[in-house]
Order: sequence, then C-alpha cells, then structure tokens
Amino acid sequence: MIRKFIDGFLSHLFLIFMSVVSLFPFLWLISTALKGDSENIFQYPPVFIPKEFTFKNFIGVWHQIPFLLYFFNSFIVAAFTVILNLIFSSLAAYPLARMNFKGKNFIFALVLSTIMIPFQAIMLPIYLIVLKLHLVDSYGLTLGYLGLILPFAVNAFGIFLMRQAFLIIPKEMEEAAFIDGCSIFNIWRKILLPMSAPTLAVLAIFTFIGSWGEFLWPSIVLTNKALYTLPVGVNDLQGMFSANWRYIAAGSIISIIPIIIFFITMQKYFVSGQSDGAVKG
Amino acid sequence: MNIYYKKYIPYLFLLPAFVILTVFFFIPFFQTILLSFQDFSNDIYNPVFAGIKNYSALFHSKEFYGAMFNTFMFLVMVVPFLAVFPLIVAIFINRKIRGIGIYKVIIYLPVVVSIVVVAIAFKWMYAQEGILNYFIELFGFNPIGWLTDTKFALFSVALVTIYKGIGYYMMIYLSALIGVPKDLYEAAQTDGAGEIQKHLTVTVPHLMPVIALVVTISSVSALKVFAEIYVMTKGGPLNSTKTMVYYIYERAFENLDLSFASAASVVLLLVILVFSVINITCFENERYKP
Repeated sequence: MIRKFIDGFLSHLFLIFMSVVSLFPFLWLISTALKGDSENIFQYPPVFIPKEFTFKNFIGVWHQIPFLLYFFNSFIVAAFTVILNLIFSSLAAYPLARMNFKGKNFIFALVLSTIMIPFQAIMLPIYLIVLKLHLVDSYGLTLGYLGLILPFAVNAFGIFLMRQAFLIIPKEMEEAAFIDGCSIFNIWRKILLPMSAPTLAVLAIFTFIGSWGEFLWPSIVLTNKALYTLPVGVNDLQGMFSANWRYIAAGSIISIIPIIIFFITMQKYFVSGQSDGAVKG
Repeated sequence: MNIYYKKYIPYLFLLPAFVILTVFFFIPFFQTILLSFQDFSNDIYNPVFAGIKNYSALFHSKEFYGAMFNTFMFLVMVVPFLAVFPLIVAIFINRKIRGIGIYKVIIYLPVVVSIVVVAIAFKWMYAQEGILNYFIELFGFNPIGWLTDTKFALFSVALVTIYKGIGYYMMIYLSALIGVPKDLYEAAQTDGAGEIQKHLTVTVPHLMPVIALVVTISSVSALKVFAEIYVMTKGGPLNSTKTMVYYIYERAFENLDLSFASAASVVLLLVILVFSVINITCFENERYKP
C-alpha cells in the first residue's frame, strides 16, 4: 500500500517535472512580455510575476506587426494545402488500393520513392521551377499563394495513409453500389470517402499543423511582406526589435494563440494514438 | 468480380497526384543531379558540362567537411536521447495514474508550436544574462555563452530539437506500449523483477522494432535540421552550427552558387537515402506493401 503510494507519487513528480520543462520556455516569454519598461528583464534572481504588470508590450507589437494579415495568410495556405492533400491523396489511393491496371507496381514504387527524397535536397530546382511557372509573389498575390501551396499539395505519406484506410473497407460495399448503377467516381465520393472519415480527419489535422509551421519554403520564396505567413513574420520580429525582448516575446506569444486553441480543441486526435506514424511536419 | 471500370479510369484517379509529384518532385530530383554536373560560373544562363569538377571542389572544401561534421555531431547529440528519453516518459504516462490526459497534452504541446517560436523562446533563455545562466551561476559555475561559444552552440541548438521532439516520439512509443502483453509483466513480477528490471526485460525487447524506427526517423530529421539554426545562430559562431541543409541554403540562396549547392544536395540525398531505405524495408514495410 505504502509502496504503491510512493510509486504514484514519484510518477506524478516526474510528470510534473516534464510538464514544467515543457511549458517553461513559453511561461518565461509570457512573463517577459508582461513586464513594464522600468523593470529589468535581466534581473538576477529572475522575477516571474511582473512587478509592473502591463499589457503595453502586447498592444505595442500588435500595432506594429500586421498579425491578422499573417494569420490570414497562414490560414489560406494551410487550408488549401489540406484540401488539396485530402482530394489528391484519396483520389490516388483508390486505384492503388482497389484496382488492377498496367504499371501499378511501377507507380507504387514511384510514389514510395518520393518518401526517400528529402525536400531540402531538391529545394533549389523546386525554386527554379516555381520561378519559371511565375508562382511567386512578384507576379501577384494569388500566384504567390499558389507557390506556397502547390509544392506541398500531395505527398506519399498521405497517399499511403488513405490507401490503408481504403484497404480495410469491405469490397462488397462497392460491388453493391456498382450493381445499383453507381459510377466509379461516385463510389469513391459516396462510399469510400465517408467510410474513411477518421483517417481523413487525421490527415487533415497533421497536414494543417505541418503547413502552419512550415518555415523553410516560405522564407525562400516570399519577398512581399503582404504574403508573409506566421513563422516568417515572427522570425522577422527579431530583426525589427533587435534588442527589445519585451516586444519579441509579446509577438511570439500572440503568434501561437491560434494553434494552441486549435490543438486544445482537437487534442483527442493528437494524443489518442490514432496519429501513429502520421505525417510529420 | 468483373472489372467494373474502364481501362483508363485508374490513371485518371492518379493524374492530379502524378502531375504534382512530377513537377515538384521528379523533375527537381533529376535537375538536382544534372545541376551538380554543370558549371554556372561563366554564364548563369548557359551552364557547361563540368564532369565531377563540382564534387572534387566540394570534397576539397573545408567548409563542406565542417558542415558534414557538424551534422554528424548534431545527429549524435540528438538521436540517442530522442530514442531513449521519450520511451521513459511514455512508460510513466502509460501507468494509468490520474491526470495523464493533462500530462500528455502539456508534454505534446511543443510539437504543435511553430519551431520559430520555440527557437526564439530558447534564444531568450540562452541570453548571456539570461535565465539559464542564472541557474548555472547558482550552482557555482561560470556563465555559458550558449549561442556565442563555439564549444556550446551546436549543443544548445540540439537541445531545442530535443525539446521539440520529446512529445512526438513519446506518442509513437505510447501507442506501441499498448501492444505489449500484460501477462508478460505479471510473469516478470512473479519472478521478482523490480519496476526498472521489468521494463528492461519486457518492454525494451518488445519495443525494439519501434525503438529502431524512432532512431531512423529522428536521424533523418536530424540530418534535415534547418529552422532552429536559421532562427538562432545563422550557422555561427565561426560556422560551428553550420549543418548540411543550412550550408546548402546559404550556397544556393545567398551565394547563388547553383553547382556547388547541388553537389552538396546530392551528397545529402545519398546520406538520407541510406536511412530511409533501412526505415522502409525494415520497420515500415507493412504500410508500404503493394
């Protein structure tokens, strides 16, 4: 009995420690952002609860940085990346899961091979292609968005994830629908898609997180501040407020509010284990 | 069953994905290889065939070796920790004590937050008169130049990668732990195994494939590290945090040295290929079986 109590106590102690480690960097940013001008943010020993508690830094950085625009840009890019991934992955997954056709194994191997090629190793030619296709912000905002979205519009992880979801749907469903005169496209749309809704949700959520946090590609292609996504805009804070850590901290905290809300509302998808091996951003 | 679709139908379904993958994957892949054998130094619009000139220049470049070495060191710092520690956390979480739901969410939180913000938060803690140095001094040591001292900078960056990875790998372990048969633990317990021994004799052998999977996944992502470095150090001080991808980025997009960057890309590609092939053929073959 006592042993069990100590066991539980030690487990809680360890997990509380891990939670503190996990939250500490953000809490320290919040603490810094809430400190007033007269307070020394480098003070030893460090002060956690601001003496001169103020929202001034949040308001100040909000007025200087178009956060709503960055939210909007990130949202447009992430939302369209998700939609295209869902459609293209599940379209491609259908024949790979269910049909027999010439060259199937070759196409399968081709898709699989893309998993082994890291984006970072081929990003230079991708950039040259995007330039050639005029998918950059200097040719217009819509084209700029497309340049951020299209290179990530489908990936092999998504195709394989959807294929696995289709494989476990009973074939009889399709056959019955076909006999009832359902077209092949409608079988996909009205039977396979609804039946794999949980997998679609997982794919959507992880694609969204990946796209929302993407930094390398937007920082390569974007030249126009009107198209900055959140990560690029937040990184820019460092240059704008070089030594003003109150503003940098406040801006960083503002920038993560949407994704924290998203995470809390969708938490069951993240921490239930359904996502095992799902797409990593 | 009779085939109920026309012959061209499968290709129609594959078409959109095929177009995207061709334009943004296969063509760039072959172009990377092509560019690495071309010389752009005279005329950027009219490259000439250069044979292996770029590669020999690459393998005579100290900076490139430095980048390879840093990437390798980074991998060595990050991977063992990410293979072991998240497993320990997952074992604690798996003990079905009260409040695990909250613990899980909090420990997973850094995974969903943008790496840029995490890197900024750490940069702030790493400041010369920052909070980490306060604790260091509290224990009687001299303050560390976390991001300014060539001895520590790469390690400091690695800490950020580790911090952001723990929750992700914890979830992978957690879903694998559910599959470990309960009676094995009971058997170990009747044999008199203690808590730690129980996990060493049952959990670890049982999860070996998953541990290996985590090793390969975290190796590949360590080889691709970029954002942390871009936000915190830009490869400095004195190139001590310049890794392969940062080096390629700098060469390609700041120095506009297409051939050199492409040759380095091909090297990176080959290194990552080794890990990916191991991963796909050994640990994830179930998912990718035709």
